[in-house]
Parts: sequence; structure tokens; C-alpha cells
Amino acid sequence: MQEGVRKYTKSAQYFEGLRYGLPFLLMVMPFSILFGVVATEAGLDLVQTMVMTTLVVAGASQFAAIQQMVDNAPVVMVLATSLAVNMRMAMYSAALVPHFGKAKLWQRALVAYLLVDQSAAVAGEKYEAEPDLPIPLKLAYLMGVLTPIVPMWFLFTLIGALVGSSIPDGFGIDFAVPLTFIALFAPMLKTLAHVAAAATSVILALLFAFIPYGLGLIFAALAAMAAGSLVEVWMSKRAAP
Amino acid sequence: MITLPDSTIWLVIALLGVGTFLIRFSFLGLIGDRELPPWVLRALRYTPVAVLPGLVAPLVLWPAATGGEPDLARLVTAGVTLVVGMITRNLVAGILSGAATFYFMLWLVG
Repeated sequence: MQEGVRKYTKSAQYFEGLRYGLPFLLMVMPFSILFGVVATEAGLDLVQTMVMTTLVVAGASQFAAIQQMVDNAPVVMVLATSLAVNMRMAMYSAALVPHFGKAKLWQRALVAYLLVDQSAAVAGEKYEAEPDLPIPLKLAYLMGVLTPIVPMWFLFTLIGALVGSSIPDGFGIDFAVPLTFIALFAPMLKTLAHVAAAATSVILALLFAFIPYGLGLIFAALAAMAAGSLVEVWMSKRAAP
Repeated sequence: MITLPDSTIWLVIALLGVGTFLIRFSFLGLIGDRELPPWVLRALRYTPVAVLPGLVAPLVLWPAATGGEPDLARLVTAGVTLVVGMITRNLVAGILSGAATFYFMLWLVG
């Protein structure tokens, strides 16, 4: 295994990660341009848009925050809704503990700041396959994966924000946000449990629409999480012999 | 358009940034190797599909752009985006097919 030796350097791991991450550029580019456009069209200035995108680094929640602010929701509700969208990252964080739990604090902080859906995918594929890879090499691989994702997310948000103000009104840009959200969650509807959660969320959010301050959505989301969990347990019991 | 004062927008940006980091840092930094009850992990798995569809549903059914009246173009667009997204499992395919449908419907109806 001559290649085996060369494979285990930081740069080799970085470039292996880069190769894995490159296709995601196709998703990051249009999505971040769209965020730049939507944020500036909604009335954020360039600095606010860029500070938000570099601080939060989580597209779905950024869109959610913009939407809730356009709807004039109170700050608490803007935050509750947007942070709820990011709660899945707590799970990703847990998924990375076996691999980075013993890493230095700055390394764990860096991995946390850059934690996106693809980080979890890396944990599930690469690290599961090579659990004994030393932490610096795991980190190098992850940085390779994230290179075409996070910095490009910043760059193309900037481009979107710069062109956004030149898009005329009445172009139907209002529907860009709901459309993006649907495109985001549709691929997640992998199992009956996910479909049950989504359906519960839709039905209850519409029924609870009269409840002020976006609280209806919070109730709907909690019930939907319970519905997803229950269906998952029920399905696994049925599958068991 | 957002009509909130600048200070409120900055407050949202700052708190969303800090809150999101704390969520990401939760296990890696603070909770460490301690185990979470399985039912919590199970529920966390469903947060995106529990939040996003509910957030979208009223925007699709009662869009502000039409004064809250259901609108054929937006309903058809939502349907196409959902189906294409479910079949292809691809974000960009969903967005592009949705955008194409939306402008086609606007041209057709409007």
C-alpha cells in the first residue's frame, strides 16, 4: 500500500476533502446569490446582509429571519423561528463528538462555527469509514470539504446583494423565499416519519395561523417533531421481527 | 419590505449569530461526551421538516403579494417544486424547476 503512506498527510486529506466538496458549489452559488438578492430587496443594507451571512452561516435560518422581519414579527419570534430551523445542528454537533470531542478548544470552536449539513455528511461517510484518522487529518479533510462551501457562500451572497438592488419590483421575487424553503425540505422527505412531520407542520401551522407572534408555528413545529418521532418508533416496531 | 428600525435589525443579526453558534457548539464544546436521551436525538432529527413546511404553508396559501388571496401561479409552483425536490433530492433542481414554473404561470395567467 504505497499510496496508503502518501494519503495520510494534511494536504492529501485536504485535497481529498476538496474533491468531495466541489459539487456542492452548484448548490451554494445560486442559493447564496438568492439570499443576497432577497435580503437587500427586503431592505437590509450591504453591511447588514454580509454581517448576517458571515455570523450565522446558515442559509435556511437567514431566509427565515428575513421573512419574519418582513412580516413584522416581534424579535423574540424572529429568533425562535430562525433558531428552530437550526436546531438540527445540535444533532450534527452530537454526531461530531466521537471525532472531535478530544480536539483542542479552538479546533472544536472552528468545527462548530463551520458546522453545516455537509459536515454531518462527512461525519457519516468519511469518519465512520476511517474512525482512527488522527484529529489534524480529520480537520484537514473537513476544511477541504468546506472550502467550496463556506467562503463561496460569503462571496456569492455579496454578489447577490450587489445585483439585488437592480432587480425591478413586480418580478415576483416575493415568492423566492417560499420556493427556496420547499426546495430545501423536499429532499428531506425520505421516510414516512419525515412526511408525517411535514404534513403535521403544514396542517397545524395553517390551523394555528390566527395565533399571534408566530407562536402558532412554534406549536405546529413541536407537534410535528412529536409526530415524526412517533411514526419512526412505530415503523421500527413494525419492522422488527 | 422590512420596516423595523436599524437597531432591531442589528439585534436580530447579533442574537441569531450567537444563538446559532451556541447550537453548533452545544455538544462539541459544552456537553461533550455525555449521552442525550434517545427521544431527544430522535426529535432533533425532525426539526427541519417540522419547521420549514409550516413556515412556508401560509406564504403559499395566502401570499402577501396578492393581498392574502390564494393564487394559482403560486400554488402550482409550490406543487412542482415539492415534487421535483422529492424525486431528484436536489436543492438546485427544485429551485430552478420552481422558478421556471412560476414565471411560466405568471405569463400564462397574468
